Amino acid sequence: MIPARHSFQEAGARARIRALLDAGTFREFCGPAQRHTSPHLPTLGMPVAFDEGVVVGEGAIDGRPVLIAAQEGAFMGGAVGEVHGAKITGLIERALDTRPDAVVLLLDSGGVRLHEANAGLIAVGEIQRAVFDARAAGIPVVTVIGGRNGCYGGTSIIARSCDRIIASEEGRLSVSGPEVIEAVEGVEEFDAQDRALVWRTMGAKHRRLIGEIDALVADDMEAFRGAVSESLGKSRPLDLDELEAEHARLAERLARFEGVSDAREIWAALGVNDPDRVSEIEADEFNRLVATLEGARA
Amino acid sequence: MERLEFRFAGRPGTPVAETGEALVGVVGSGNLEVMIERVDLGGGCLAVVDTSIHGFGDTWQQVLADFVDRRGLANIRLSINDGGATPAVVVLRLDQAWAGLEEGER
Repeated sequence: MIPARHSFQEAGARARIRALLDAGTFREFCGPAQRHTSPHLPTLGMPVAFDEGVVVGEGAIDGRPVLIAAQEGAFMGGAVGEVHGAKITGLIERALDTRPDAVVLLLDSGGVRLHEANAGLIAVGEIQRAVFDARAAGIPVVTVIGGRNGCYGGTSIIARSCDRIIASEEGRLSVSGPEVIEAVEGVEEFDAQDRALVWRTMGAKHRRLIGEIDALVADDMEAFRGAVSESLGKSRPLDLDELEAEHARLAERLARFEGVSDAREIWAALGVNDPDRVSEIEADEFNRLVATLEGARA
Repeated sequence: MERLEFRFAGRPGTPVAETGEALVGVVGSGNLEVMIERVDLGGGCLAVVDTSIHGFGDTWQQVLADFVDRRGLANIRLSINDGGATPAVVVLRLDQAWAGLEEGER
């Protein structure tokens, strides 16, 4: 019998939190009954959400304390508004007081909520500042990407500010989305309708191969839960030496791949024998491939 | 946006059993979220609807009155954020909210 698989992508924010945390441990902060809703949306004649499209709270994973936030991707594409952002910032700042084993951010967002313009942009900056404060205090901040919206715009910058990123193949990570790139650069440069192109440019497999995410998992709650559990208590140094090493790595990567026009050329250069197959293989086989490549490089 | 408020007699004199709440659905085009809460309303029920579609007060009245009646509700507050859901979707969400409230209390 094939064991039941519960999709992370298909679940809403609350169901994701329930599935990742130990049963019965979740305690929500600023829950929907408190009605901390957007002050901006009503002035534009738009409906609000009682939880502002993000659920924040505390709980446990394998008995270890965590703080967790989950964006609801179905509300305005998970976009960050002023109150939405304040809830996430407050959650991360709480980590300095309660010192959990990790702050876990389930990001599912197109970025800043354009209706709230500057307030949304400032909110993203505040979240990023809070992430760095938590990391400086030695508390790991882990991003999880596996929702329909992927992780774009300001939220992609937040994700890359964290200690670790866990994503499913369905997840995507990029500053500009496909439609934005097409609108700015033209359809000849990037065809947003070409889903294969979108995934091999922004998809989690590509991001894993070029070292921008740390773990690729199947779209399965248990797989996500296992990967988050493994990240607990593991912080990555955040100091000048690390930053300079990262800048050097990025400069080298840019110089090496500057003339490349398709991700498959990069994968081939990294040692992937059959780049055309990368998009088709399951998470397990993909991870064996990554382990082989990393073993060869070491 | 249009705000609509409806009061229903419910079952007057019913004591408040407990407190509790449930939230179901997500606001989006053609969809809505429903928050259901147990509060002391003297046995009555209250529904507050914020909807992006104007002019459907009579339809909301009928759908909500039917729900309160069908479930025999008392001391229930319904808060709804609506993005233009059809009555059929609204009925499903209301039943889902009630199921969620009962589930949370088991």
